Amino acid sequence: MKLEALTQATGEWLKGTGPESDIVMSSRVRLARNLAQFPFVGRASEQDREEIERFLRERIAAAPVGRELEYIDVGGLEEVDRQFLVERQLISREHADAQGARSVAIDRVEQVSLMINEEDHLRIQCMHSGLDLRGVWEQIRLVDDQIGRVVPYAFHDRWGYLTACPTNVGTGIRVSVMLHLPALVITRQIDKVFRSLHKISLAVRGLYGEGSQAMGDFYQISNQTTLGRTEEELVEQVGDVVPVLIDYERRAREFLVRETQQNVHDQVSRAFGILRTAQTITAEETMQLLSRVRMGVLLGLIGDLKIADINSLLVRTQPAHLQKIRGVELDTKDRNIERARYLRQHFEGTGPTAN
Amino acid sequence: MKCQQCDKQAVFHITELETGEARELHLCEEHARAYLNQAETGGGESAGGSGGLSGPLSVGQTADELAVLDKKVCGMCGITFFEFRNQGRLGCPHDYAQFEKELEPLIANIHGATRHTGRRPDRAGSPLPESTGELTSVIGLRGQMQQAIAHEDYERAREIRDQIREIEARWLGAAGPRPAATEGDDTSATP
Repeated sequence: MKLEALTQATGEWLKGTGPESDIVMSSRVRLARNLAQFPFVGRASEQDREEIERFLRERIAAAPVGRELEYIDVGGLEEVDRQFLVERQLISREHADAQGARSVAIDRVEQVSLMINEEDHLRIQCMHSGLDLRGVWEQIRLVDDQIGRVVPYAFHDRWGYLTACPTNVGTGIRVSVMLHLPALVITRQIDKVFRSLHKISLAVRGLYGEGSQAMGDFYQISNQTTLGRTEEELVEQVGDVVPVLIDYERRAREFLVRETQQNVHDQVSRAFGILRTAQTITAEETMQLLSRVRMGVLLGLIGDLKIADINSLLVRTQPAHLQKIRGVELDTKDRNIERARYLRQHFEGTGPTAN
Repeated sequence: MKCQQCDKQAVFHITELETGEARELHLCEEHARAYLNQAETGGGESAGGSGGLSGPLSVGQTADELAVLDKKVCGMCGITFFEFRNQGRLGCPHDYAQFEKELEPLIANIHGATRHTGRRPDRAGSPLPESTGELTSVIGLRGQMQQAIAHEDYERAREIRDQIREIEARWLGAAGPRPAATEGDDTSATP
């Protein structure tokens, strides 16, 4: 697969379609699976890792889902290309940074991705735009069944699917939704919301996964436990809380418009102004400003822009994407200049609405 | 090793697993007790979300007991319980059977449950075994084979390789393509 072809597409999670896509960016489920006849990746020799990789690749190719997948040898990629896949959420940062034989298989629409030799031998991921956890679960269940028929999953009667880390044992499932919550951030209610999520043992992370601080008001909510409840129950656990969060965010947006109309309009317009005119700009600032503009569009404060376009800019202004699009490697300083140029070109001919 | 908070000997070695990252703590008895009490009662909201490995594993276990526990080894992948506690990652699927008793309180602490109630691999129409127990023994054999090769004992390595092939042919033979190495085995008893 040519990664260049991917730069032309937006990728599933940024399509900006699907239910509640004004607030819910994407719905995702991942399953951790291991082979019974190999040590876990962390304890596997280089030779083991190569055998694991080959075994899974050959076996999965024989399953129906295998025919729809393209393989990428992650170990053989340049750093910028690995980073590119991380930015598209097709592989994890850990997978990009790891050593030894490892690969990823992706379907054409970037909904399904199979990471081989991440922390576990196999990590199956499925992602849809907007709020669609049911649909994602139905799809990943089939993929898991197909692979389970040709691959001997490590499974224990009592402990369920066996994983390298006991925090994933049992179902091996991680259900997550990515939410855009700018109004809750502006009205300083976000911490309160997160505290209550922790109480019902849900985890909150920033856009690019573990540890990283939330960038641009994008947050990922996911289940914390994986054992003792069925997959459906865990999908529901995350699914149940989303409408509540959507409601909070909508109310916060209404409050902002009602009580601080001028302020919000000013903030959003300034953000848009910087994006349209800056000569050098970091990825973080871009993300922050795009987040504000995105909210502005949804509140009707900025015309002329489509949500799908802003979503697309969110990923295309990331460091590796920018370099792939421009076709050259750039250092941080040059990237910031190039990013500003890219944004100016993109917004040419658009302007803030006069009202 | 000294306690991280004073000059006394560290007798409690705790591994905290938060959002997948292992954090090591080495404490004397006094500081360990204070730490564990705080984790149990005072941690409150922020501690609620973390999947700590420390609590039940350490409470009520003396340094001696822990030392014995730490020396337990998995017969398949060779990981010791000590290594697991340090890294927060197990070595192979067999560890869940090997360390079942030790893992139980820890898993209960992380998940609030000790039994899987979800899906099972769908083996309908598949030749794969219902239980993966015997396949797991390949892990130990593969380790022995690699060791034999390292010691240039090629005859022994070949013996073990044949053993591995025999087990794999039995369990994996018909489920999809075989790696080229085992083609020509007596699995093709077609009429």
